[in-house]
Amino acid sequence: MSEPNHAHADHRDDFGARLGMWLFLVTEMVLFGGLFIAYSYMRSTYPADFHHAGTELNATLGVTNTLVLLTSSLTVALSIVAIQRGDRLKSMAFLSASLALGVTFLVIKATEWATKFHHGLYPNAPHLATLPHGEQVFFGLYFTMTGLHGLHVIIGLGVLSYMLVQVARGRICQDRYVQLENAGLYWHLVDVIWIFLLPLFYLAA
Amino acid sequence: MSDSILTSSEHGDGSIAHPGYGTFVKVWIALVVLTGLLVLMSHFGQSSAVWGLLLITPVKAWLVFYFFMHLKYEGPLLKVVVLVTLGTLLIFFALLFSDVAFR
Amino acid sequence: MSAQDTPLPPSYLVDTGSRKGLLAWLTSTDHKRIGLLYLASMLTFFFVAVGIGLVMRLVQLTAFSHLITAETYNALFTVHGVIMVFLFVVPGLPAVFGNFFLPILIGAKDVAFPRLNLASWYFYMAGATVVITALFTGHGAPDTGWTFYVPFSLHTGTNVSLAVFGAFLLGFSSMLTGINFITTIHRLRAPGMHWFRMPLFCWATYSTAWIQLLATPILAITLVLVILERVFGIGIFDPTKGGDPLLYEHLFWIYSHPAVYIMILPAMGAITEILPTFAQRPIFGYKAIAFSSMAIAGVGSLVWAHHMFTSGLSQFAVMTFSLLTMIVAVPSAIKVFNWVSTLYKGSIDFQPPLLFALTFIFLFCIGGLTGVMLGALAVNVHVHDTYFVVGHFHYVMFGGTGMAFFAALLYWFPKMFGKMYSKKAIYASWFPIFIGFNMLYFTMLVLGVMGMPRRYFHHLPRFDTGHDIATVGSWILVLGLVMFFGALVHALFKGEKAEDNPWGGVTLEWTIPSPPPQENFQEIPTITTEAYHFPQEEIG
Repeated sequence: MSEPNHAHADHRDDFGARLGMWLFLVTEMVLFGGLFIAYSYMRSTYPADFHHAGTELNATLGVTNTLVLLTSSLTVALSIVAIQRGDRLKSMAFLSASLALGVTFLVIKATEWATKFHHGLYPNAPHLATLPHGEQVFFGLYFTMTGLHGLHVIIGLGVLSYMLVQVARGRICQDRYVQLENAGLYWHLVDVIWIFLLPLFYLAA
Repeated sequence: MSDSILTSSEHGDGSIAHPGYGTFVKVWIALVVLTGLLVLMSHFGQSSAVWGLLLITPVKAWLVFYFFMHLKYEGPLLKVVVLVTLGTLLIFFALLFSDVAFR
Repeated sequence: MSAQDTPLPPSYLVDTGSRKGLLAWLTSTDHKRIGLLYLASMLTFFFVAVGIGLVMRLVQLTAFSHLITAETYNALFTVHGVIMVFLFVVPGLPAVFGNFFLPILIGAKDVAFPRLNLASWYFYMAGATVVITALFTGHGAPDTGWTFYVPFSLHTGTNVSLAVFGAFLLGFSSMLTGINFITTIHRLRAPGMHWFRMPLFCWATYSTAWIQLLATPILAITLVLVILERVFGIGIFDPTKGGDPLLYEHLFWIYSHPAVYIMILPAMGAITEILPTFAQRPIFGYKAIAFSSMAIAGVGSLVWAHHMFTSGLSQFAVMTFSLLTMIVAVPSAIKVFNWVSTLYKGSIDFQPPLLFALTFIFLFCIGGLTGVMLGALAVNVHVHDTYFVVGHFHYVMFGGTGMAFFAALLYWFPKMFGKMYSKKAIYASWFPIFIGFNMLYFTMLVLGVMGMPRRYFHHLPRFDTGHDIATVGSWILVLGLVMFFGALVHALFKGEKAEDNPWGGVTLEWTIPSPPPQENFQEIPTITTEAYHFPQEEIG
C-alpha cells in the first residue's frame, strides 16, 4: 500500500485543481447526457419524423461550425503549449484566435436560428403545430440542445477572455498555468458535445 | 476499485514531458479528416449515417479527451473518473431501453 | 507531541479576523463554520416543514377538515415535500457533518476548495429563498407534489417554474459539495491515512459525493426542461405536442431514486462512527462496510423505474427493475449485520447517541423491509400511491436519515460547541419521539394496505380511526422534537463545558480540543493505526 499524497491546503495543488475541474466536467457530461437520453428516447419513438425534420437543417452550416469549433479547440491547446514554453505573446495570440472562432460559431448559429424562426419552425409557432408530432419534438430538442450548448459557448468565451487578461497581466505564466488548463478543459468539453450534436441533428437524423 | 489504483494515480502530474505544437496539429488534422468521413458516410443513406454516428463520433470525442484534454499525460485517476461517468451514462441508456425497446 | 507545549490557537467560534459577528460567519471559508451555517439554516427549514406536516395531519381529523381548502392542502403537501427533501434530508448529513468532520477525520485543515464550499452554502440559501418566494408570489404555491409530475406541472397556473428553479439551484449546491468532498478525500488525507484507514463516515461521504455528481445533473436538466416547457412550449414532455410524460418520470427518478441513497448513505456512515465508540470495539467488517457503501451507490443508481411500475413500462423493464431493487437490499443488510456484530461482546456504554443509533437501526429495518415489499411487483401494484408508500419513505427518511441526524448531532455536539447537554432531558425526549413516530407512520402503513390513497384531502369514514391515531401520534412526536431541541439549545447557552473526548472515541476528532481550534490541527498528524483502534482491545 503506497503512501497517500498529502497535498495540504497551504501548498499549491495543481493536480487537485485539475481533479476538481474534471469532477465538474463529470456533471456537465451527465447534464448533456440527460438530453441525449431524451433525444434517443424520442428518436426511437418517431424515427421517420426525425429523419424528415433533419433534412430541414442546413448541414453545410453545421459542418462549418464543427470545423470552426475544432479549430478553436486546437488553438486553446496550442496556447497552453506556448505558455509552457514561456511564450506569453504567442499564448495570447492563440487565445485571441479561439475567442474569434468562438464568436464566429455563435454568429453562424444565430443565422441558423434566425432562418428557422423565419420559416416558423420554433416552439409554440403556429406553423410548427401543424407538423407531425415527431417533428415538433425534433425542433423542441434542437432548440433546447443547441441553445444550451450555445449558452456554454458564451460562458466559455467569458472564461477564455478572463484567461487572456490573466496571461496579459502575467498572473498565468510558465510555472503557474493550471487556471488556463482548466479553462481549456471546459472549452474542449463544449467542443466534444458539439461533436455529438452534429451527427444527431444534421447528418444522421 | 483497488487501493493501489486510487493512490498511485495521484502522482500523475508534472513529471512527464509536455507535448509540443506538432502533436496537437496532427490530432486536429485527424479530427478534420474524420469529420469529412462522417459527412461522406451520411451521403450513403440513413443506415450508413447512423453507423458513422456510432463509430466515428466516439473516436473524435476520444481524440479530444485523450490529447486536447491531456488525459494521455495524466495518471489513472482522471481516466477512471471519465470512464466511470461514461459507463454510468451507458447503463442509464441500457436500462432506459429495457423499457423503450420492449414496449 | 511537541505541539502541546505551544499555546493553542483560538477556537473556530472566536472571531480573529477583521470582521466580527454575523459578517464574520457569512464570509468565513472555515469548513466548521460553514457546517454550522448549514445546520442553522437547515433546522429552521426543518421546523417550518414539521409545522406544515402538523397542519396536514390536523385536517385529517374530521372536526378540523374545514380549516383549509383542498387547494391549500395540495400546496401544503407539495411544500412539505420540497422543503423536507431538497432543503433538509438531501443536504442534511453531508452538508452539516460532512463539512464539519470530513476534513478533521482525515487529518486535514480544511476542504480542498474552501471558497467553493462557502459558495455552495450561498447556492443553497439562494435556492431556499427562491423556493420560499415561490410559495407567496405568482398565482399561488405549487400544488404538484414534490415530484412535479408532468403534464399537470406544465399546465397548472401555480408558481411551479420558480419553485423548480429553486430546486435547480439546490442541485447546484449539492454538486459543488460533492466535487469538494471527492477532491478533499483524494488529496488531503494526512500522511499514513490510507484509504482503508479512513473512518467509515468518510467512505460513506465519498460514495455519496459520487452519486451527487452522477445523478444530480439529470435532475438539473429535467427541471430546466420543465421550465423551458412552461415558458417556451418545447413539447418534449407535453403529449399534445408529441412529448411523453413517461420520459419525464424516467429522468426524474434517474436522479430521485439515487437521491434516496444520497440521503441514507451518510446517515449509515454516522451510525458506523457511533457504534464502535460506545461498544469500545473496532467496527466489525470494516471493508465490508466500505465496499457496501460503494455498492449501494452503484446499484442504487440502477433501480429508478420501481417508482413507475404502474405507469405503463414494458414488462421486461418491470422485471429488470424489480430484480435490481431486490439486489440493492443486500449491501444494506450487510451493514445492519456488521453493526449488530460490532455490539456483540462489546463493553456497551449506553449514552444518548447510542440510543438514537439503535433507534435508527430498528426504524431503518422497518423502512428497508417495506421497501423490499414495494419492490415486489404484485404488492407494488396493490399499494402504489397509498399511505403505505408514505409510511415506508417516512420510516427511511425520518426514521433512517432523521434519527441518524439526531444521533450524529448528539455524538458530535460536545465536539462542535464544547458544551455537554443534559443526558436526562435527551433520554426523556426519546420516549415521545419513538412512540409518536410509530403511532404516526406505522398507522400509515396499515392505512395504505387498507387502501387509503396518498395526497387525498378527504378520506372515507372507514379510515377515521387510523387517521385519528396518526394525528395524535404526530402531536406526541412533535412534543418529543421540541424537548430534544430544547435540551440542545439549553446546552448551547447553559451547558457544562465538555471534555475533549467525552465518549472515549479514537478517531481523529477526539484528539483535538472541544470546540476545535481554527485549522483543526497545529501539526498534521501521522496515522499509524487502523481507524477504530481501541487500546484496551489489544490487551484483552
